[in-house]
Amino acid sequence: MNHVATPEQQLAPLMKGRQVELVVIGGSAGGVDALVALLPTLPGNFRPAVACILHVPADRESRLAELFDARTALPVVEARDKQPIEAGHVYFAGPGYHLSVEEDRSFSLSCEAPVHFARPAIDVLMESAADVYGDKMVGILLTGANYDGADGMCRIRERGGLTIVQDPKQAQSNTMPQEAIRRCAPHLVLPLSGIRTVLPLLETP
Amino acid sequence: MSKPPSDFDIELRMLVEAVYLKYNYDFRDYTGASQKRRVLVAMREMECDTVSELQSKVLHEPNGFAQLLQYLTIPVTEMFRDPEYFMAIREQVVPLLKTYPSLKIWIAGCSTGEEVYSMAILLKEEGLLERSIIYATDINPESLEAARRGVFPLDRMRLYTENYQKAGGKAAFSDYYTAAYGGALFDRELMENVTFADHSLATDSVFSETHFVSCRNVLIYFNRRLQDRVFGLFHESLCHRGFLGLGSKESIDFSSYAERFEPLARRERLFRKVIA
Repeated sequence: MNHVATPEQQLAPLMKGRQVELVVIGGSAGGVDALVALLPTLPGNFRPAVACILHVPADRESRLAELFDARTALPVVEARDKQPIEAGHVYFAGPGYHLSVEEDRSFSLSCEAPVHFARPAIDVLMESAADVYGDKMVGILLTGANYDGADGMCRIRERGGLTIVQDPKQAQSNTMPQEAIRRCAPHLVLPLSGIRTVLPLLETP
Repeated sequence: MSKPPSDFDIELRMLVEAVYLKYNYDFRDYTGASQKRRVLVAMREMECDTVSELQSKVLHEPNGFAQLLQYLTIPVTEMFRDPEYFMAIREQVVPLLKTYPSLKIWIAGCSTGEEVYSMAILLKEEGLLERSIIYATDINPESLEAARRGVFPLDRMRLYTENYQKAGGKAAFSDYYTAAYGGALFDRELMENVTFADHSLATDSVFSETHFVSCRNVLIYFNRRLQDRVFGLFHESLCHRGFLGLGSKESIDFSSYAERFEPLARRERLFRKVIA
């Protein structure tokens, strides 16, 4: 009989000897719904920091952090310039500015040109985070309708981090996950339900 | 826990050091991630394969540094950017500024001048422009030159008009410019009391006894050490109970000056100097 490994079984060997301190989750079209399915599964004692980035319109105040704070056991805030990244906190990239991770493990904001028409751009956050966290980070790329995130996921892989992409067949928009799969051969390609299962397991017991 | 720096990081530090030693522009305390990206863009545009190659160009070619400077600074700006900031100035700062017989206002990191013209228009409409001296400073001579010219792209005027109206503008925005030189040429009278100056927040000292310092989307490019220096400069520059305005995502909270300014309009990022 053909045995298909469960998401837990697929994750287990990848977690061997790995200590995760930051999870970056990126998405675009359909991303809010995907995060609604994911973030509430995080237990209140989850140790890694989580940084979420969705493409949001620049001219509007984002209520994402507030929205998710009410639904998540961990504290959820919009990431601020020079804010130290703390374990067990969930951060959201705000509208209109790129969000980066600095060498001293704090966030910084910048107004450089949009990347793939996006500011904040997933690539900017993932690349800068990979440079600092190396193999201690996980990148998760969800549904989306453009190419942002593929460079970022490649950088995370290069630096030894773990990469997980939403199965494009089940994503609301498949362009973003498809491009990442084509470009960087992620460790895991899982449907949203699978990502939901492995997300709380991304810390060393 | 510290990992060894990559070749790129080593070369980047050497480039920044070389720029400081030769040109006295101090980028040593700029935030790393954004500076790294801008140097990568400069390398691509200036056709250099390595940072060392870029450094060689910057040191030995006559125009090399002027070129690099355009990439190291970020001229992203618009008139009445974040209209609620200007609205809050009108409503909460102007009434207090009106109590002074003369005013000094410092716009630090004025880039290509959009913010200076916005402030001058606001002051004019509030009857304060004639008694104000505005210092508009930046480290990029090309940006300052553009600011002095006061010609902005015509296709931006729609957005600026919208911003101006949202910021509580009292006239027709088009009263302030005429179409000329292929753009919108702003009224020279607005600039009569403006002094544009080459000034570095990283290495220069202060303009004294200012009533209002506006410095927006500059501090996000500085690390905490340099931010502290700059907050110190502003604190020293401002008169008793003077006003400080920052960019919409900037804060004093993570700086050692957090206690020395109090929020006047928290969301709009307007602060007031606290007596020590």
